[in-house]
Formats: sequence, structure tokens, C-alpha cells
Amino acid sequence: MNTLHQFVFGIYPYIALAIFLFGSLARFEREQYGWKSDSSQLLHRGNLRTANILFHVGVLGVFFGHLVGLLTPVAVWDALGVSHTFKQMLAMVAGGIFGIIGLIGLVMLIARRFGNARLSANSSWRDKILLIWILITLVLGLSTIFVSAHHTDGHEMVKLMTWAQHIVTFQGDAASYIADAAPIFKAHIFMGMTFFLIFPFTRMVHVWSGFASVGYVGRAWQLVRARR
Amino acid sequence: MKIRAQIGMVLNLDKCIGCHTCSVTCKNVWTSRDGVEYAWFNNVETKPGIGFPKEWENQEKWQGGWVRKPDGKLEPRQGGKLKILANIFANPNLPAIDDYYEPFTYDYERLQNAPEVVTPPTARPVSVLTGQKMDKIEWGPNWEDDLGGEFAKRAKDALFEGIQKEMYSAFENTFMMYLPRLCEHCLNPACVASCPSGSIYKREDDGIVLIDQDKCRGWRMCVSGCPYKKIYYNWQSGKAEKCIFCYPRIEAGQPTVCSETCVGRIRYLGVLLYDADKIAEAAAVEDEQSLYEAQLGCFLDPNSEEVIAEARRQGIPESWLTAAKASPVYKMAMEWKVAFPLHPEYRTLPMVWYIPPLSPIQSALENGLIGENGIIPDVKDLRIPIRYLANLLTAGKEEPIVKALETMVAMRRYMRSKSVAGQADPATLAGTHLSAAEVERMYQVMAIANYEDRFVVPSSHKEMVEDAFEDKAGCGFSFGNGCSDGVSEGSLFGKKQAPIVFHDLRRDRAANRRS
Repeated sequence: MNTLHQFVFGIYPYIALAIFLFGSLARFEREQYGWKSDSSQLLHRGNLRTANILFHVGVLGVFFGHLVGLLTPVAVWDALGVSHTFKQMLAMVAGGIFGIIGLIGLVMLIARRFGNARLSANSSWRDKILLIWILITLVLGLSTIFVSAHHTDGHEMVKLMTWAQHIVTFQGDAASYIADAAPIFKAHIFMGMTFFLIFPFTRMVHVWSGFASVGYVGRAWQLVRARR
Repeated sequence: MKIRAQIGMVLNLDKCIGCHTCSVTCKNVWTSRDGVEYAWFNNVETKPGIGFPKEWENQEKWQGGWVRKPDGKLEPRQGGKLKILANIFANPNLPAIDDYYEPFTYDYERLQNAPEVVTPPTARPVSVLTGQKMDKIEWGPNWEDDLGGEFAKRAKDALFEGIQKEMYSAFENTFMMYLPRLCEHCLNPACVASCPSGSIYKREDDGIVLIDQDKCRGWRMCVSGCPYKKIYYNWQSGKAEKCIFCYPRIEAGQPTVCSETCVGRIRYLGVLLYDADKIAEAAAVEDEQSLYEAQLGCFLDPNSEEVIAEARRQGIPESWLTAAKASPVYKMAMEWKVAFPLHPEYRTLPMVWYIPPLSPIQSALENGLIGENGIIPDVKDLRIPIRYLANLLTAGKEEPIVKALETMVAMRRYMRSKSVAGQADPATLAGTHLSAAEVERMYQVMAIANYEDRFVVPSSHKEMVEDAFEDKAGCGFSFGNGCSDGVSEGSLFGKKQAPIVFHDLRRDRAANRRS
């Protein structure tokens, strides 16, 4: 048990992150033609606009919430005068709201992809697995709110933050901090880490380009290429 | 002055017979692939009609092209950069595939393998999108061919603006014309401006607008940005595709496939020199009806010594300068003023131009059905309303269209007097800006239209920028990913799932590759 725990929460994060980063890099280098958002809007519009905006707003909110919430050192929160209780509540409320928004959008997207004849006929198994994977991860994540509600002092949350910060700062003892965390947290973390592992092999790579497209704002309207 | 050269195109609608040869040869060469089977880089529409995709000219609906803001700056009609980015999750202005048509094939096998049945077996339509049988084909790329369908439907044609269209619903007043359409390879392309990935670009040396298939991420903003709806989303590859002006042929000095195969000899290709520094100003003039003249103002006279010297200094090859002097496009657009840009009010400064059709008048003229204005028949009596043509080519300004039609009528009457009476009657040219010699040249280019007069395409000078030796054993045209033919066998990073309808075709391809 201890060895398994040490592997999943001490070693596996590095495997997942390494494959996430180097997989994305390898694909960007070698498979540009396959690097795309893979939009299905042309084939069937339906409620895509509602569903997709809800999903992306929700999921991006949750993503940045995790990023800031997990990786900001406790000392910074203390210096800002944010109590653990308050931060725990903030995480539950904001995470809950964005999670629900994302979940509604995701369910609509899944119904669309599996229910529409044109889409289900033209969706790869990777697309389908991806949606289901995000669904399970998201539902697990939302379920943790009920667990957190039992200890609003933020004690559990600090453990998770410490784990995440020890992982990204390459400290070998990270896994020990969440040895006694609730199983639902562990399941959520495992699904989340594995999401990064499968990321480069799915259409998820469009996220990199989505963030990169911010560069469009500063670009000239017209592009002219010289003969070369 | 920043001089650039572009291969422009002129289509003489007066000679188009609507045979669709251009569309078919183009499709055979460029879009006979899964995912773009619905896309027609070149299509021919019957006007009046709502066109392909449905109502593409209705920019209130599709939000294509540019708008001039109160401060005099241009912005894509679909929104500025931030709005475009905000719409990246779902583009509110993207046509659905049903606005083009649901691509279909037929269950031909059934004709061969049907069991003995009472009624003859039929080949039912099969949707390429789902592989399912379709009850009925509701729309196609050419559904309105030769005024197919009722007037009420085609009356939605945006070109009827400012026209009492009801009178044209009467059979006796019906008119029609053909409009072959392809990418305009604009000087101020709205698709390039709309692309968040920066994957679309204009080539400096020949003006061709291309999409870098490796850089396209499928954000779909170009599809809605283009007011001509000439960018198509490949639903198999997830990338945008468009007319490439047959650049491999153009580079080799050959005409595009649509031009080469045109049986009516209506298409012309030639070099236009333009001043790139004038583009922004020309596209942003306030009055829409001045946009045509403003675009003319960007073009440079290839016979001017000053222009030639400056072009040489800026590195334009000598063969291009020679070709520019002989350019049929320059002659028709600038000298004779018979060719016009398609919908200049979109502010894209398009580079595929059109000669308006002179609806059949000769017999009507001789029977006295059409009034004569001096020696020239009154072109305002033509079947096709002048305003209709003006809405298509000059943002509604009738005067340049009338002049062009009069020039064409004068040419006909001059040549007619020459061949019928045996001697040219100079009176036929009264009231025009034409000299006898010029009319003869016009006749040679526009009516006789020999191959070498229609296509003056200098080959690109690749030797100036690359070493051809490095291209030995290269794969030529490909879809990125090295020598991939666009049907990738898949890799660790996935491939599109097995195709649905055209699987036999794919099996054949796979077998060909193996053998």
C-alpha cells in the first residue's frame, strides 16, 4: 500500500507531467497537420454555442483555480491575510460554481457528440474517451466539495497544497502529505494527473494554441510572405 | 511606393455559358477528397439566385468582409480582434454544412446486387456525413441552375437591392446570367485578418492567398470573415481550405485549371503591378461607390518608365515586367475599363474581376425593340437591369457599368460594319473613348481570345531564392507531414477514424500504395 501510494502520488506525477510536456513538444514538432481544435461546429450546430461556452468558461475557471489555489505558497496567503478557512470556502464556492457551469456544458457536449448521427459517425474513440474522462474527473472534483464541507478549517486543503508544491519543487516526500487524504481526493488527483498524461495524444493540444492565439491581439491585420 | 505584382484574373461574363466545366475540372484536381467533397473552390451560380452557400451575399446575415468605423479605420464586420477571440469556442457566424448542402453519393452497388424484385432497383442517395440513406436531397451546390426553383426563393438575392423586383417574376421579363466564383485573392483579404493563428497569408511575389495547413488550428474565423464564403472547413482534417489559384501551375507559367479548361474562353490571366502602400487607404475610402476607382488607383502603369525603373530596383523580375505590359487583365481593367471587381463594397479589394454580360440584344436592336442613343443602342434597355449588375460590381454605381457595356456594344457594331459592309464605319465609335486600332486590339483579346492573348503568365523565378538541387526526389504538393498525401495512416497522435461512405475508394488507395 505504502509503495503503491508512493508511486502514484510521488512518482507518477512526474511521469504524467513529463509525457504531457515532451509529448506535446514531440507532436508539435512532428505532427503539425494533426494539431487542431477539431471543431465539429460545421457538421452540427445545435446548442453548441451554449454548451461550448459554458464548458470552456467552467473548465478554464476550474483550471486557473487549481493553478492559483494549489501552487501559491501558504506563506503568501498568510501574508495577504487570507485565513485557511476563508480560502477553503473560496475554493469550494468558486470551484463549485465553475465546476457546475463546466459540468452543464460538458453534459450538453456529450449528449451532442453521442446523440447526433453526424457527430457520432465522425468522432474518433479518442474524442469520446476524452469527454468521458473529463466528465469523471469533474464529477469526482465536485464530489470533494461534500468532503471538504466536513472540515472547513482548511486543514485538508493545506495538505493538498503542500503535496502539489512539493511535487513541483522536486521534494521527494510529497506523497507523504496526502497519505491520509480522503479516497475521493486521491481518485480525483489520479484522474487529473492521467488527464495530463493522455493530453498530447488527443485533441487537447488545441489548448496550447488557444492560449497562444492571444498573440493575435498584437498582430498586424495583414500577413504577407516573401518568396522563399 | 512599394511595388508588388499579382496574377489577376478576369472573367468575361458576356461569354459564360454556364457549363460548369471549370467547377468540375477544379473539383477533380483539388477537392475530390474526404472532408471537402462539399467544397467547390470554383462554382458557377445562376443569377438571380441566392447562391452557394445560401445567401452568401447577405452580409447582415453572415458578417463577412470589412466595415469602416466612424474613425475611418477598417475592422472585420464580424468584429475586432478581441471579439473574434471571444467567439473562438463557437463562431456565431459560421455557416452550417446544410447551408452548403449535405454531401451525398448513391448506393450504386444496389443496382448490381439487388435480389429479384418487382420494381427495378434504385440507387438511393447516401449521406457522406453519416453513411445513412437519405430520404430526399434537399439542396446541392447548383440547386438553382438555370433559374431552377420558384421566383419567391431566388428573389432573396441581395443584388435586387434598389430594384422593383416583382416585375422580374413575370415570365416575359425574366433575365438570368451566370456567375463563376472562386477565391478573389484580395489585396485586403478579410480571411487573413480574421485568422487568430496567423496561418493565412498573401504571397508577395504573385499575390496568391494561401492557408498554411500546418499552422491552421481550425478556429474557423476565416470562413465567416470571407464575404465571398470561399474558405471551406474540411470536416475530416479539421483545417480550413481554399482555392490555391493552382499555384503549382502558375509558378510554372501555366494557367489555372479553371482557366485552361474554360470552353467559352472567358477567363484571362495577367500580371497587375500595384502599390502596396496605397491598399489601406484605398480600402477605407468613405463612399462605397468610390471603392472601385480607389482600387484602380492602386494599380501601376506597366508602360511607365518610372514604374519600370522602380520595380526593377525593388527586385521584380524582368519577365514579370514584360508580362505586365502584355497583361490582358490590365488592358480590360485599366485601359478599356470593361472589367470590374466583385462586390467592392466588401472593402477587400478583390483581384478576380468580371466583365458584365451584354444580355442578348442584337436581334431586338434590329427589330427596333430597343431604343438607340445616337449610334449606340441604349444599354439601359437591356434585359438585365443595370442596377442589378451595378449591385454586383460597383456597389450600385451605374455609370461605369453603362460605359463598359457601351464600349462592348461599340466594338460589336464596329466589327459588324467591317465584316458585313466590308468596311469599318468609324461612326460606330462616336461617343466612345475608343480608337479604331484600339477596338481591333480589344476584338482580338475579348472576342477571338487566343490562348496566348488570354494567358500571359510569367513563370515564378524560384531559382532566385532556392536551390532546385535540394528538391530532387521531393514529394511535390503534399498536405504537410512531409510527403503525406493527406490520408495519413495514423501515428501515436491519432488519425481520423475509418471513413464512412467512400471506404471503397480508400481501400483502393491503400491497395495502390501497397502494390
